[in-house]
Amino acid sequence: MSDRIRVVIAKPGMDGHDRGAKIIARALRDAGMEVIYTGIFQTSESIVETVLQEDADVLGVSILSGTYEHYAKEIGGMLRENGLGDVLFLLGGTVSRQDVNRLKGYGVAEVFGAGAHTQDIVGYIREWAAAREKAG
Amino acid sequence: MADATRAQTSAETAAKDSRQRWQDGPLAESLSRFPHRKEAFRTISGIPIGDLYTPDDIADIEFERDIGYPGDYPFTRGVHASMYRGRLWTIRQVAGFGTAEDTNRRYKYLLAHGETGLSTDFDLPTLLGRDSDHPFARAEVGKIGVAIDTLRDAELLWEGISLDQVSTSMTITAPASVLIAMYEAVAHQHGLGGEQVMGTAQNDILKEYTAQNEYIFPPEPAVQLVVDTMEYCARTMPRFNPVSVSGYHIREAGATAAQELAFTLAAGFTYAHKAVERGLDIDFVAPRLSFFFDLHIDFFEEIAKLRAARRMWAHLMREKLGARDPHSWTLRTHCQTAGVSLTAQQIENNIVRTAVEAMAGVLGGTQSMHTNSMDEAYQIPSEKAIKIAVRTQQILAAESGIADVVDPLAGSYYVETLTKRVEEEAWDILKQIEDVGGMIRAVETGFIQQQIADSSYTFQRQVESGERTIVGVNEYMEDEAGELSPDLFFQVDPEAAERQIARLNQVRAERDNRAVTRALSGLRQAALGKTNTMPHIAEAVRAYASIGEICDVFREVFGEYRPPIVY
Repeated sequence: MSDRIRVVIAKPGMDGHDRGAKIIARALRDAGMEVIYTGIFQTSESIVETVLQEDADVLGVSILSGTYEHYAKEIGGMLRENGLGDVLFLLGGTVSRQDVNRLKGYGVAEVFGAGAHTQDIVGYIREWAAAREKAG
Repeated sequence: MADATRAQTSAETAAKDSRQRWQDGPLAESLSRFPHRKEAFRTISGIPIGDLYTPDDIADIEFERDIGYPGDYPFTRGVHASMYRGRLWTIRQVAGFGTAEDTNRRYKYLLAHGETGLSTDFDLPTLLGRDSDHPFARAEVGKIGVAIDTLRDAELLWEGISLDQVSTSMTITAPASVLIAMYEAVAHQHGLGGEQVMGTAQNDILKEYTAQNEYIFPPEPAVQLVVDTMEYCARTMPRFNPVSVSGYHIREAGATAAQELAFTLAAGFTYAHKAVERGLDIDFVAPRLSFFFDLHIDFFEEIAKLRAARRMWAHLMREKLGARDPHSWTLRTHCQTAGVSLTAQQIENNIVRTAVEAMAGVLGGTQSMHTNSMDEAYQIPSEKAIKIAVRTQQILAAESGIADVVDPLAGSYYVETLTKRVEEEAWDILKQIEDVGGMIRAVETGFIQQQIADSSYTFQRQVESGERTIVGVNEYMEDEAGELSPDLFFQVDPEAAERQIARLNQVRAERDNRAVTRALSGLRQAALGKTNTMPHIAEAVRAYASIGEICDVFREVFGEYRPPIVY
């Protein structure tokens, strides 16, 4: 395993709201992680392909168009099918609170909605990576 | 004259002396007991703010030249002489979700509660010129706006709405020409002549590349499509605003007030300039350019921004493009309270934020306004939340008294200083844009996107470091229940997408497909031959060609745009 945590930040579907995705990408980069930002208009296939190609540890998906149900399910499923079930799958954006538990059922480890701090996300990823290291 | 100068100089000296006395005396004493709460005070955009302002700060402002009278050049005080004493601003809440019938019902709900103009949000497939049954579109149909595929949907959307009485705005850009043609076709079906039709299309493509990201084609041909609509509408629907040059999305993407102002004016200037390059008279197209600004939470800065915007636009149109018609000089604008200022935490607080922002809109002299609903950090607004948003505007208009005098903050040492400061910053940015080769070039190179990303990141860091307080987010936090209260429940009908696709298929089966092919072929020739595409779009729309079919012609001719990734 390389020293730096590798993160793919992705925007699936037709949603163009990328302010959050760009802030997260920059904050993770400033925190010393290797960040690949896909840009907007990605399909689930292209996102999972990027995770595979980039050998990413973490996938952060940003959705503000209300399609998180669809994409969380599809991307979560594709990650497992491609043997990427160990990738930390995070979701950000506009998400109804009552839907969070269902999204976790699709493989989403955590949801960071509006108002989440970038440093909380950085901390969450680092703790996850440390725990993984320990588990060996 | 010499005496007058001497008198002025001695008055200035006296003013400086009295200021010094105040600083050394009362202020120093006060600060020894109550030191400043912060090391430095700044507006939300980072402009330093002094203790207070005095006549000294506005000494170089000339009343006639810089402030003047409303309805008169340079329009600092407003575009109409009587402003809200004559006619209140238009309460224009944007609405759109599900199918055309769903949205039409919401329109009628809003009109029944005192809304005075309409505005439409479209779903992402429509914004990107895709039919609802396109594979990439399926998950998005009707989600964040209404789904429109063909003229049939547009007919249902505006059913029972008087398009000559209630002005309707359409927040659509990349395929705006198609929606304008649909709007015109529906108006004709209602028996209206082109000269009676009121309305607005957003149609500001340059801000798509920098902020909103719903673009399809490369910037150069896309701007020519905008000019096509300006030329066409000036001929066929002279009361329709074909473009609403939009700072809103730029600000929401993280720009400062001065950046919002500069990028917006640069875009508006580009459309006007391109129209002139095509050989159109500036006074033929400029009077119908309209604007759309954000109302962020920094109260005075927003008022200053709107006042500066009018002064700058008047200057650009009269001095740089040589417009002679005063209507070409006026910056008429819609405003919306800042979605980005809404918090997902303690959502009732959003009602208060929105009220403060809306007040700035009125004091800044807006022509129409959308007030956000408290639940919009989660969903399309519920009926209860959107009604409170409408009531907020009604309270400002009817109870607060702020609409009863024109530009009440003119002459305020602070507001005039801030207006000048925002304007100066914006002129600097406009100069930078000119230096990189104009707005289109600035967009293609990612120059604008980088500036916005930098400002956005700076702001986020200020919030996270606690330098900037957001109530309920980084101070006064509470543990909150996991769900919105039941009276704010709203869900787009999950069956809407299926119904929409069924209707699209029915239209395809019933229409005259030869007429569609003929119209699309004419459109292809116009796009290739660089003649105005609008008459052909109108023909295709009347033949019930779908938005996807029409935009596919442009995709084929112009290609699809892939921008530089900047963050």
